[in-house]
Amino acid sequence: MAHKRRAMLVDPLVDNNPITLQVLGICSALAVTSSMQVALVMTIAVTLVTGFASMFISMLRNHIPSSIRIIVQMVIIASLVILVDQVLKAYAYEISKTLSVFVGLIITNCIVMGRAEAFAMKNPPLDSFIDGVGNGLGYGLILMLVGFIRELFGSGSLFGITILPTVNNGGWYVPNGMLLLPPSAFFIIGLIIWAFRAWKPSQVEEREYEIQKVEAH
Amino acid sequence: MSDETQTPEPKGPIGRFLALPADSVPKTIFVAVAVCLVASMVVSAAAVALRPAQAINAQKDKQINILQVAGIYDPSVDVIEAFGAFEPHVLELDTGEFTDAFDAITFDDRAAADDPATSQALQDDPAGIGRRSDFVTVYLLRDETGEIDKVVLPIHGYGLWSTLYGFIALEANGNDVFGLQFYDHGETPGLGAEVDNPRWRALWNGAQLFDDAGTLQLTVAKTAPAAGEKYHIDALAGATLTSVGVDNMIKFWMGEAGYAPFLENLKEGGV
Repeated sequence: MAHKRRAMLVDPLVDNNPITLQVLGICSALAVTSSMQVALVMTIAVTLVTGFASMFISMLRNHIPSSIRIIVQMVIIASLVILVDQVLKAYAYEISKTLSVFVGLIITNCIVMGRAEAFAMKNPPLDSFIDGVGNGLGYGLILMLVGFIRELFGSGSLFGITILPTVNNGGWYVPNGMLLLPPSAFFIIGLIIWAFRAWKPSQVEEREYEIQKVEAH
Repeated sequence: MSDETQTPEPKGPIGRFLALPADSVPKTIFVAVAVCLVASMVVSAAAVALRPAQAINAQKDKQINILQVAGIYDPSVDVIEAFGAFEPHVLELDTGEFTDAFDAITFDDRAAADDPATSQALQDDPAGIGRRSDFVTVYLLRDETGEIDKVVLPIHGYGLWSTLYGFIALEANGNDVFGLQFYDHGETPGLGAEVDNPRWRALWNGAQLFDDAGTLQLTVAKTAPAAGEKYHIDALAGATLTSVGVDNMIKFWMGEAGYAPFLENLKEGGV
């Protein structure tokens, strides 16, 4: 049992990563990864929300009527997200301003809903909590990776601490401005997915069709 | 959350109710109501409990913005201490004179704009604000000799989705813009929210409001107005309606219904 729980926590990091394998939650991954500090706060917020949402939904799973189960899940998830948003506004105002709408959009993050529907509705609370935390961390791992690349090469710093002194501040490094724009995260996430699938070929999806070869006339 | 439903009593009316199949109509209604009630209680409790801390943050953020727009923000200095450099005054817009009827420290501009006793409904309302307060808090920054260096004036108006609240800092001549900055808005991130972009904000520095004849010329537009480049702020790409909103805001607040009497007064040295 302990082994199974450990697997629940570790699996979503690489083997069953919500971003790279399930390709969920890409929207917010583009938006909040321009600096590592913001990515870290988003990671913590999503991990807490997926963990506790899964736990509460699992506690109620035998009483949730299937006709309104999505609405019940949404109410629980939305309340937790509002709670996180309020706490951020009270204790981390600057970061909450940077995250702006993306904290609220955790509600629509497919990972939270996906775990509630696929796991928490069928499993006991503790397992669901661990599964939720694992998936939040899997999401966060990719966020931090993307944030690392974007902040280091986009602004020459990590967590706001200068690593590569930029030309604007009298250093030698010419920052790559594109990395500060959201589209760059598309390329980075694409490359990460490629790297993961090259490392673990079992993640490669089967082709849905073969391109037919036609003899030239 | 509602874990009271988690420990079903095998006997009694509650136990029998909880033992009902989840899909039965009474149970569905009960679960829906119970989840909503508990969730709303949690959310409202958090909102009420955290409001004081949030209000302090919002206040501090506003002060940082006033410091930034006047170009004297230094992150290493305590905000409240640095903010002491400003001289807040409550201004009566119609006369352009300061008034002592209110305490400038505690005066709440937004509450005053909602109160019929201290505000008026606007007929001609390009900024889309509905009511304009008769009184606003302005901030004066003086140089070493005690002369007025800059004035920071609050402005607000409707953009695309939201009312933008900000400050415009003017030089003592009441014509040269030193900076413009918004501290509260809900425009689209990446498009309208680019009003926060430092590069766009920098365009305001050195722009002029009025031409030599005293006509308001400053416009936020794609191309420079006939009056010349120094009256032109380049509009934001992809955010036409936010740019139009900012343009209207300037037209309104720098016009007769806004700060024109005060600026006249400032130019004549009557402040």
